[in-house]
Amino acid sequence: MTDNDVLLSVSDLRIHFRSDNGLAKAVDGVSFDVGRRETVCIVGESGCGKTVTALSILGLIPIPPGIMAGGSIGFDGIDISSLGEDDLRTIRGNRIGMVFQEPLTSLNPVFTIGDQIGEAILAHEKVPQDEVHTRSVQLLKDVGIPSAESRLQDYPHQLSGGQRQRVMIAMALACHPDMVIADEPTTALDVTVQAQILNLFKELQKKRDMAVLYITHDLGVVANVAERVYIMYAGIGVESGRTAGIFQTPRHPYTQGLLASLPTRSKRGQRLSSIPGSVPNPARKPPGCPFHPRCRYSVETCRTRFPELCDYGDGHLSRCPVLYERRETGGS
Amino acid sequence: MISFIGRSAVQKMITLFFVSIVSFLIIHLAPGKPSQVDPMNPKFTPEMVERFRSEFHLDKPLTIQYLYFYRDLFTGRTVSWKDNQSVLLKIWERFLNSLPLFIVGTILTWTLSFPVGIRSALQRGGNFDRSSTFLAYLLISIPGFFFAYVLIIFVVTQFQVPVIGMETFGIGSTSPMTRFMDRIWHLLLPSVLGATAGIAVLSRYVRSQMLEVEGQDYVRTARAKGLPPDQVHYKHALRNALLPFVTMFGLILPGLIGGSVITESIFSWPGMGRMAYEAILARDYPVILTVNFISAVLVLIGTFISDLLYLVVDPRIRL
Repeated sequence: MTDNDVLLSVSDLRIHFRSDNGLAKAVDGVSFDVGRRETVCIVGESGCGKTVTALSILGLIPIPPGIMAGGSIGFDGIDISSLGEDDLRTIRGNRIGMVFQEPLTSLNPVFTIGDQIGEAILAHEKVPQDEVHTRSVQLLKDVGIPSAESRLQDYPHQLSGGQRQRVMIAMALACHPDMVIADEPTTALDVTVQAQILNLFKELQKKRDMAVLYITHDLGVVANVAERVYIMYAGIGVESGRTAGIFQTPRHPYTQGLLASLPTRSKRGQRLSSIPGSVPNPARKPPGCPFHPRCRYSVETCRTRFPELCDYGDGHLSRCPVLYERRETGGS
Repeated sequence: MISFIGRSAVQKMITLFFVSIVSFLIIHLAPGKPSQVDPMNPKFTPEMVERFRSEFHLDKPLTIQYLYFYRDLFTGRTVSWKDNQSVLLKIWERFLNSLPLFIVGTILTWTLSFPVGIRSALQRGGNFDRSSTFLAYLLISIPGFFFAYVLIIFVVTQFQVPVIGMETFGIGSTSPMTRFMDRIWHLLLPSVLGATAGIAVLSRYVRSQMLEVEGQDYVRTARAKGLPPDQVHYKHALRNALLPFVTMFGLILPGLIGGSVITESIFSWPGMGRMAYEAILARDYPVILTVNFISAVLVLIGTFISDLLYLVVDPRIRL
């Protein structure tokens, strides 16, 4: 990928929160790129900092208590991490759309769908009221809501969960963004509806030539949609690469654990494997590699030295020198 | 809609019926008697006491007394035991006196609490928030009567604001304009005092509501859409923060009667609250019961108005 194709480039992002228990390092050195028209997934457990990463791209982290402790976010050649609130507003909803996890609480209960979609258009473009109306109707049609015309007068509580998420997507697409950030867009939905929403995303992405950044904990979603994947653990990126590469030969013990815990047909009837222990509290992370207390490969140096990224070629990077050395000396 | 109004009217009638029974019983259960029928009262001979008792139906069983009282109330024949005047007429006069105090106090409370509360919430932890929080707790903690005297001592000596009654004694002969201004001038201190505690409490409530709503997902969505801050705060957040106050707005109606006893006593304001208070001291049963009944009616009307308002402002509520 050349620099020209990179749309979003996050490097060494650090977002900390001041809390009563000390400084919570929610995101502590995360780097990733999203190319134009590319689909990228950020995967991790709850509390690993993936939502904070997504929100910080649009400057939606409240500061204070949040602190931007380091790193930069570049979008289409602009350093958006240094932009003021007014300049950020021209990007939010306009060039980057955002879809949230809970469609019911993310839509304002006291305004109609039409009102909420219309204001997304009017926030960035000066267009007459009747054009706002025709565009809103078209958007609802694009996201597959039947009888769009009359649905505009409905309130969020009158729609089903899947339809609400479609409305959220319509809102995110209102100003033809270059990129949509989808923060766990299917987590709150029924399984059948999840597949519909993922297909809708794929279809819209093709039609509208946009990049999509998925934030998810669901490896099924990743396998379904992503071209490239970034795995996060405890606020840092631990492994990244092409989806196929990561699913076939995971190089980081954490990724290996995640994939091993997936239920598959061949494992039918057997007990699912799990990673022992739990995610560390972001205010009290272990020194060295944050994964070492749960890792079965951990050696003495893991406790003290922060692991560097090891390159396996073809863009596949993993933050585990122990496994990297084993590979060179003939181990798996 | 029609069926909702009908249903709630029937429900409220039933409630009112039980309120009437309970309040009647409480009055008669309470210790003490009207002085006219107190056998210890040296002013009256036993014959006179007996005559009073039969005249007020106090010699009949409670059920009969109850029926007599509400018959008289609904036919408008209830009279005060103290001065034999029509109770409804007395209440109406006092009501007209209380009304300006109530209206000005309410307007002051509601127009000041909201800007203060909203601004505190939006600038949480800032200087404005800290000083308004301090002031609010100060005003909540100081007893109303004490604050009133502080106010009186300060304001009367500094600005010559009148603090007694509704108008200057003997002003009846001057021009209407002068009398009007005199009335307004007299209204100033009592209504400000009546509103202070309300402002302190309500602005805290507005602040916490606003803070809660600002943390909601849809406010984040509004920001993510790139809306300007005014639209995020005053459209998306405020509109939702206002919902609970709609319910409160219906419930201020009963404050017309009992809300201002202290203020009215301090400023010698001849209003409803003071009349009710004096009636209780004198065991003037007809006045107490009538005031009680009217308050109950106001409470029920208030809740009904709240229900209707909620229907208008919250699209999720359907009947």
